[in-house]
Amino acid sequence: MLGKTAGSLFWMLRYLERAENISRLIDAGFRIALTRSEDAADEWESVLKATAAAQSYTQCHDVIDTKNVVDFLLRSPKNASSVYSCFKAARENGRNARTALTREMWEAVNEGWMRLDVDLKNPVSTKDLPAVLSLVRQQCSLVRGAMQGTMLRNDCYDFAQLGIFIERADCTARLLDVKYYILLPSVNLVGSSIDNAQWETILRSVSAERAFHWLYPGNIKAPDIAEFLILDRRMPRSLAFCAREVTHSLDYIRGAYKTSPPSYEMAYDLRALVEQININQIFNIGLHEFVTNFLSATAALAGQIATDYRFTV
Amino acid sequence: MLDQNGTARPAYQAYYDWFCRQDHKSLRRKMGEAEAVFRRTGITFNVYGKKEAAERLIPFDIVPRIIAAAEWQKLSKGITQRVQAINAFIADIYHNQEILKAGIVPEKLIARNQAFLPHMIGVKPPGNIYTHIVGIDLVRTGPDEFFVLEDNARTPSGVSYMLENRETMLKMFPELFADNRVQPVNDYPRKLWNSLAASAPEAFKGSKPVIAVLTPGIHNSAYFEHAFLADEMGCEIVEGHDLRIYNGRVCMRTTRGYTPVDVIYRRVDDDYLDPLNFKPESTLGVAGIMDIYRAGGVTIANAPGTGIADDKAIYSYMPDIIKFYTGKPALLKNVPTWRCSERESLSYVTENLSELVVKEVHGSGGYGMLVGPAASRNEIAKFKSKLLADPGNYIAQPTLALSTTPIFSKSGLAPRHLDLRPFVLVSPDRIDITPGGLTRVAMKKDSLVVNSSQGGGTKDTWVLTE
Repeated sequence: MLGKTAGSLFWMLRYLERAENISRLIDAGFRIALTRSEDAADEWESVLKATAAAQSYTQCHDVIDTKNVVDFLLRSPKNASSVYSCFKAARENGRNARTALTREMWEAVNEGWMRLDVDLKNPVSTKDLPAVLSLVRQQCSLVRGAMQGTMLRNDCYDFAQLGIFIERADCTARLLDVKYYILLPSVNLVGSSIDNAQWETILRSVSAERAFHWLYPGNIKAPDIAEFLILDRRMPRSLAFCAREVTHSLDYIRGAYKTSPPSYEMAYDLRALVEQININQIFNIGLHEFVTNFLSATAALAGQIATDYRFTV
Repeated sequence: MLDQNGTARPAYQAYYDWFCRQDHKSLRRKMGEAEAVFRRTGITFNVYGKKEAAERLIPFDIVPRIIAAAEWQKLSKGITQRVQAINAFIADIYHNQEILKAGIVPEKLIARNQAFLPHMIGVKPPGNIYTHIVGIDLVRTGPDEFFVLEDNARTPSGVSYMLENRETMLKMFPELFADNRVQPVNDYPRKLWNSLAASAPEAFKGSKPVIAVLTPGIHNSAYFEHAFLADEMGCEIVEGHDLRIYNGRVCMRTTRGYTPVDVIYRRVDDDYLDPLNFKPESTLGVAGIMDIYRAGGVTIANAPGTGIADDKAIYSYMPDIIKFYTGKPALLKNVPTWRCSERESLSYVTENLSELVVKEVHGSGGYGMLVGPAASRNEIAKFKSKLLADPGNYIAQPTLALSTTPIFSKSGLAPRHLDLRPFVLVSPDRIDITPGGLTRVAMKKDSLVVNSSQGGGTKDTWVLTE
């Protein structure tokens, strides 16, 4: 396949994953704003940071308030990681990779874009926000579903998978990065209702509040959340789960191409970061340091994949 | 559809019977459905000069245009003859120029023509084919009376509409295809692949030549079609930056490295094909591709320089060109054409602007033309000064008494003018005409302009079996 096509597939799925994750973050932030309005500004600030939009936000707005932040995260063309911008970029990449997509996949991304283009034309009212956010997630699921159900399991599929899991690992790690201070064991000693709400928000941001309660019934403990999001291989948005999927995809490509470029080893190194360690060791290293390290390893891996498989000239 | 007495013509009989049984409300609903299908599939085109990302749908009309088998057969013969002559003409122009020596086509028309590519002089394309894909634009004035409006010998577009229109009709009105025996068009992409493969350079002809579609990119107005054809043929769609020259071959950048391409179906204009040989600022082409081509290392379809045959000034010589190369009179008629470069013609044209259609010699897409009968006095006056400033740039034609076909409008069936572009595939051993083509229809009453860029629509084209 063409290097450009591989790159477009990778980025199409990556942008969709990003759009979906951002809609989750808005959802979680919005809930805080509704229930604990005094904490809203702090919460929005961390969401802006997690989506790397804090700087561009301050260029457009003086104060952080719910209405402006939601609008900026959802619809702003000035925000490269707004849901709107991500979906637009996903569709553009889809057009570029049109010959590598099945008809159902293409129609799913095209129709998703057309619906969102209409729904995001004007500012979304508080009343409509939940429906719009769930539409975003539905449309992304549709594309992934069409991909699972119709796509040939060849290298096209593998590059698409890489896009999904590299972005997902990145998103979860960013969330941990802006919230690490409430996940430290010491916080647990304090244990107040404020922390409880914060923890719920984190879990909601990865759509895992139910899963977590099933695995850890009773009181929420901060280190459990950290362990769950970083090391639990059953959790489809954990760092360990994503890193493992990334190595699987690269395994398949290696099998087909009969070469092991540098990215192959880097992927296994990334996986080792989250597999050959336990949560206590992570706290000893320092949660923040650990996550920062993981983020830069992920970014380096993504860059190396693009080089190894000639996404661009 | 109907003759003067209001009875259905034979080819339309079965369709008309069916139509009379339908209620208009549900037909209108079907039209809405069709539009949704087109949008979802992404069958859109970009209109130049409109705001960025303005993707528009071409209006689709649900009433098919139906052509009887016998009429089609006759038409096919004329098209085959014309396409053969076009190929012979281009080969001659870039080699011995017999037709110029014989004084049939004036030399200055070639030498001063922008579409004439000196780079092609003496170059023998693989399989000796210049125009692998041709679209001949026809209009009908009466039974068995077709006129050629224009030859498209560069990169004719619209074939994806032919295919998608049929798909849409099959989905919406499956019962119609049980009542009417319509010749299929859906094997066009396969035939295109075969035809391109047969024209691969001799040295690389092997069992499965590598074919790629070269597109200017996703912002091109016809990108949908480029991707569609690549997808249907099962080959890569590349842009200039995906290609480079390696070891005397044109190679594409794949995830495993650079691999050679044997045949390039290009949808990029000549000028942009090669920044080393043509426009240096072009980023759409491949530096050095012309040199590889001239050395026989790759097939470019259509060959560079074929525009010399579909130029509107050359068009008026087509009957003589056909006679010269095939030895027989042209089976398909030309529309009478005044060349404004000739003094007598110019004075006739300037005096009769309100009756004529005047076109730019190098124009396309319906831009920059004057439709006299539909123009205001002011528009005519303006056009006249443009014409007089550069008469050689224009030709003029009478408006023909075009036949009409009904479209399904708000008030039911309504007659509209239309044209037809059949698609012809030329390979070293055969000429293939897909039974059908792109029917473009003026959606406005009495309008003669069918170009999609000017609001024209399309409809499915049926050629019946005998």
